[in-house]
Amino acid sequence: MSDSIAIELRDVVKRFGDVVAVDHVNLQIRDGEFFSLLGPSGCGKTSSLRMIAGFELPTSGSIIIHGREMGITPPHQRPVNTVFQSYALFPHMTVAQNVAFGLEMRKTPKNEIARRVQEALDLVRLSGLEERRPRQLSGGQQQRVALARALVNHPEVLLLDEPLGALDQKLRKEMQLELKSLQVRVGITFVFVTHDQEEALTMSDRIAVMNKGKILQVGTPTEIYERPNCRFVADFIGETNFIDGVVIGRDGNYTVLETPEGLRFRGLAARPLSDGTSVTYSIRPEKVRLLTPDGALPPDGLAGTVMSVNYIGSDTRITVRINDRRIIDVWEQNTRSTLDRNEYWQPGEAAVIVCPPDNALVLSE
Amino acid sequence: MIKTAPATTTAARMQTAFSEGRLTWSGLALTVFSILVYLFLYAPIIVLVVFSFTRDEFGVRWTGFTLDWYIRLFNNPRMMGAAWNTLVVATVSTIVSTIIGTLLAMAMERYRFRGRNAMEGLIYLPIVVPEIVMAVALLAFSAIVFDLIKLATGETLRRSLTTVTIGHIAFSISFVVVVVRTSLKNFDRRLEEAAADLGADSWNTFWRITFPLILPGIVGGALLAFTLSLDDFIISLFLSGPGTSLLPVEVYNRVRRAVTPEINAISTLMLILSMALVALSQLLQRRR
Repeated sequence: MSDSIAIELRDVVKRFGDVVAVDHVNLQIRDGEFFSLLGPSGCGKTSSLRMIAGFELPTSGSIIIHGREMGITPPHQRPVNTVFQSYALFPHMTVAQNVAFGLEMRKTPKNEIARRVQEALDLVRLSGLEERRPRQLSGGQQQRVALARALVNHPEVLLLDEPLGALDQKLRKEMQLELKSLQVRVGITFVFVTHDQEEALTMSDRIAVMNKGKILQVGTPTEIYERPNCRFVADFIGETNFIDGVVIGRDGNYTVLETPEGLRFRGLAARPLSDGTSVTYSIRPEKVRLLTPDGALPPDGLAGTVMSVNYIGSDTRITVRINDRRIIDVWEQNTRSTLDRNEYWQPGEAAVIVCPPDNALVLSE
Repeated sequence: MIKTAPATTTAARMQTAFSEGRLTWSGLALTVFSILVYLFLYAPIIVLVVFSFTRDEFGVRWTGFTLDWYIRLFNNPRMMGAAWNTLVVATVSTIVSTIIGTLLAMAMERYRFRGRNAMEGLIYLPIVVPEIVMAVALLAFSAIVFDLIKLATGETLRRSLTTVTIGHIAFSISFVVVVVRTSLKNFDRRLEEAAADLGADSWNTFWRITFPLILPGIVGGALLAFTLSLDDFIISLFLSGPGTSLLPVEVYNRVRRAVTPEINAISTLMLILSMALVALSQLLQRRR
């Protein structure tokens, strides 16, 4: 992965009538990276992708691909190819004809077309199905044809619009890994649009989280998950416990907040916050520790009662009530294999939760 | 006794059907009524076809099988001339109206523009306007145009196969638009985006992707236009000139003098051609 920029969006705005789909987006996607645009439906991720492909033109701002300002360049003259959510395979053509289409449009010599079509079909493991029609293929196979049809053109950038959305769960997981390894092999920049946070975390080098037309955070999967910069990102990626309060001071590296009922929590803040600032404390359920009470409360400990226990195989998910209004989710990994019921938490049991301050975040806004 | 046995069995079977509730009086009445309606629709046509093969020269009695009327028909220069005219008019008007109709359908399906709704309403109007009104309007219009041309160039024009063809084009376009629009509605526009994405300009996108996929609709529209032109009478009567009559008009002229099995024969042939074309168009659209 080099540091040169494959795609740049500069202050891009897209309006559809009164609706602002993309709101002053600035973004740099590096050469050769697997970059995901992640967000709920209607967040502007697909509009952004369609503007890069040239299907839509920005209302204002500019899109630069490999240093070339795209302006009003039509889709067929852009150095990008798209894999559509619906695949958009040509129903009247065979698999081979579908894959050859882009090369034919670029007036590639016939024998080279044959060679590259074969190469592309090998790449997606579809050799042997050349003469099939799209409707004779399974969803997963159609997906691969769509990939081959785009990759055969050796685009500088491949755009993927929720390409796994129509596949069932198992196939989806398989394709995620396959897509990622494919990207590493061909070394092409992938821009991947998805609303599935797990998918984005699994495959991406970097992720941009979008909401309401704006980019909220750009970062590696680890950064996005471990250091979300706002409540929306923390909530959208993974699961978390939120507790609202105000800042009452600092304690070394940590920011201290107090809830209306007087509970105190410590956590990491991205920047210094003055006292009295309204903040949200966030701690992921797998980062909370649950202990059996033995006299004095440990630091960052709170007494509570186990409300419910859900055994889901790899984890046990426990909800703990701390007071009348607060319930904290705790996930414990089942690191030991046992059938002994006493090894697991029971509803009604007294427990102490510990929220290590290094695992907790204090989010402003 | 033996002969009545099956009847008794039928009666008994009906009795059982009644008692089991599979057969009801209203159901029976509906069946009989449906059969009568279909007889009403098709009996005249069946009679027409059958009597095109009778030896009887007035074509009203069955006196034995013959193909004479067909042979005589093929040797009748007036009839054959009219048939040829009809085919020429139908072919030309079909080609022109299909091209114009397809372009119109694409414009209305694809673009949002000022006056689109008005255009949409107006394009379907010729389907519901009484044909006689269309015919009179076209006749009056052609007279005005002829006058203007005479004024401008001194050339005197007469009604001819050209005027009939123009008339047929005028009413066929609407039908082509209806049929082509249906197939455009079912066409996934993302396929065009995919083609553009793969480097196809709009010309290649149309000819490689859009056109092959809406072709069944276009062919369906064309066949409909052809059939309509083939059996059109009123507009053909009004707009054709002396000595250029089309088959339906020629048949009418003959019938006014006498109905002969020859008329039955030509009618049968037209029936077969029309039915074949309609069947073909249905088939093509079902394959879509």
